[in-house]
Amino acid sequence: MYRYDEFDTDFVNARVAEFTDQVDRRLAGEITEDQFRPLRLMNGVYLQLHAYMLRIAIPYGTLNTGQLRMLAHIARKYDKGYGHFTTRQNIQFNWPALSDIPAILADLASVEMHAIQTSGNCIRNVTADHFAGAAADEVADPRPYAEILRQWSSVHPEFSFLPRKFKIAVTGAERDRAAIQTHDIGLHLKKNAEGELGFAVYVGGGQGRTPMIAKKIRDFLPEKHLLSYATAILRVYNLYGRRDNKYKARIKILVHETGTEEFARQVEAEWEALKDNELTLPEADIQAINAYFAPPELTARPEGDQAVKLARLDSKSFADWVDQNVITHRHPDYAAVTISLKGIGEAPGDASDSQMEAVADIADQYAFGEIRVSHEQNLILPHVARADLKAVYDALVEIELATPNSGLITDIIACPGLDYCALANARSISVAQDISTRFADLTRQRDIGELKLKISGCINACGHHHVGHIGILGVEKKGAELYQVTLGGSADEHTSVGEIIGRGFGPDEITDAIETVVETYLAQRLDKSENFLAAYRRLGPAPFKEALYGGEAKAA
Amino acid sequence: MKVLTANRLTDGEAVWFSPGKFWAETIAEADVVDDKAGEAELEAAGKAAFANNEVVDVELIDVELVDGDIRPIRLRERIRAAGPTNRLDLGKQARTAA
Repeated sequence: MYRYDEFDTDFVNARVAEFTDQVDRRLAGEITEDQFRPLRLMNGVYLQLHAYMLRIAIPYGTLNTGQLRMLAHIARKYDKGYGHFTTRQNIQFNWPALSDIPAILADLASVEMHAIQTSGNCIRNVTADHFAGAAADEVADPRPYAEILRQWSSVHPEFSFLPRKFKIAVTGAERDRAAIQTHDIGLHLKKNAEGELGFAVYVGGGQGRTPMIAKKIRDFLPEKHLLSYATAILRVYNLYGRRDNKYKARIKILVHETGTEEFARQVEAEWEALKDNELTLPEADIQAINAYFAPPELTARPEGDQAVKLARLDSKSFADWVDQNVITHRHPDYAAVTISLKGIGEAPGDASDSQMEAVADIADQYAFGEIRVSHEQNLILPHVARADLKAVYDALVEIELATPNSGLITDIIACPGLDYCALANARSISVAQDISTRFADLTRQRDIGELKLKISGCINACGHHHVGHIGILGVEKKGAELYQVTLGGSADEHTSVGEIIGRGFGPDEITDAIETVVETYLAQRLDKSENFLAAYRRLGPAPFKEALYGGEAKAA
Repeated sequence: MKVLTANRLTDGEAVWFSPGKFWAETIAEADVVDDKAGEAELEAAGKAAFANNEVVDVELIDVELVDGDIRPIRLRERIRAAGPTNRLDLGKQARTAA
């Protein structure tokens, strides 16, 4: 993985020193809250319901074991023994004291991590396919390009005060696991007819109160032009994006109001003026960054097939886990493993300090010391020999992280919601816990099949509810929580925004409502091969409305 | 009825202004007012504490008395006063349980 060069190290250390001084001056009363607030936000420090919250960047979701151990250390020493992995492949700590944050940032810097640009109207952490470098269907590893974008966008003087925050995601496979069409810029790394690498460029996707699917403005951008083209997009946005209304300030609104064709024309015109300048990526530089992401040497382990076969016969629970949480690797002797942070009835995305340390140990022993964080709030071991799967499974059972539910209805994305977040209107975690408990039975879950359920506690949509096959949005109505259900959303290569199915449900009704939706699907599907999303796309909302609201729906 | 709440500057701890003119760590100790004069007094105390860099996010919130206990009207404030509903071992609620 990428290692800091001298410049990176100096830059991060200088930022730690600068923010340490700013915290000292704030605590001494030398600067006011109004002066301090933008400074702390630039360093990932929010204030939530119970305490401050520190959001730490995990670039493109890639961690080494030293970094994961440091996150465990921070959880134990400065927080309350756990961290929350987010839908942007980051981690949040919910309880740090402001006075401890300089020490936390110094600890993070010692393992080449920081919290810079995890807030504010700047280019945020660049996210990528969590199976990057491992997936069998990948054209090329998207992470070197995410790293190039990270370096370019870090404290970029022109793009540090954009109209609004800006999120970029990169995928290197046809099958989009990075939800690129819900990002401000989505990049699909691919090869053209000549076998050259480049990107399909999508712009103007986003969720929040106005969900929009990104529009493709270029089918193939040669890789060397990545930064000049991104600069052109950001310049058009910086110039014309609205600053008068926070709710209309994202690039998705600009693209929508300008029209895709005209927006693309503006970007191309801007790009013409700068495309062959110093932003053109030299091949040598691309290669140099690529070298950091060279895959580990995967020696032949052909005994894996037999080992897995025998272990499956021996243990049904292992077989279940392999079927659900293990995917094909580009190397036939290896696999990529999803470590579910969605234990039945648990808070999605939370991991304890000891779990983080144990995962680091497992990764060191069996997975080349590499861990990924997925936007679905799970951890990934990207390279595990199939011959070692049973040992990995046994070790995960020990730390209660072997729940075999990847991609199933209990693999729920949920934001922190009103249990922590100052912006939330309703709880998310409690709803996720109830639904998870209701559908705990694995046989039932597997019969239901692939089902992406996503919950947000407010319209900002951190829980991606718009693109859940089933989405749940918590709102506050007359002082009480109310949950709106959307159906038919998806965040893959066929991205769609879910449709609101009808009136909302109270906290005591929502799990029953979800069960009704699921039972309706089971009754109406053609056969087991038609998953929930496919069935919804075929059937439309009518049978679900009928099941949820009966005569009430007809009257309305 | 209202109480004055904020988060302490140094550690972000949720606090409530008490009749003893200090920032208490539990809502049970909060000063409850039920008239405009009382609200104005609390607001003035909040402004002074904010200016003095003791607290941030100062806010007057609506409460009711239930069996003598102070109960915020909004769920958001009830969660602030107790802790996350999914982790009864954390927040203020963990102290009363202990």
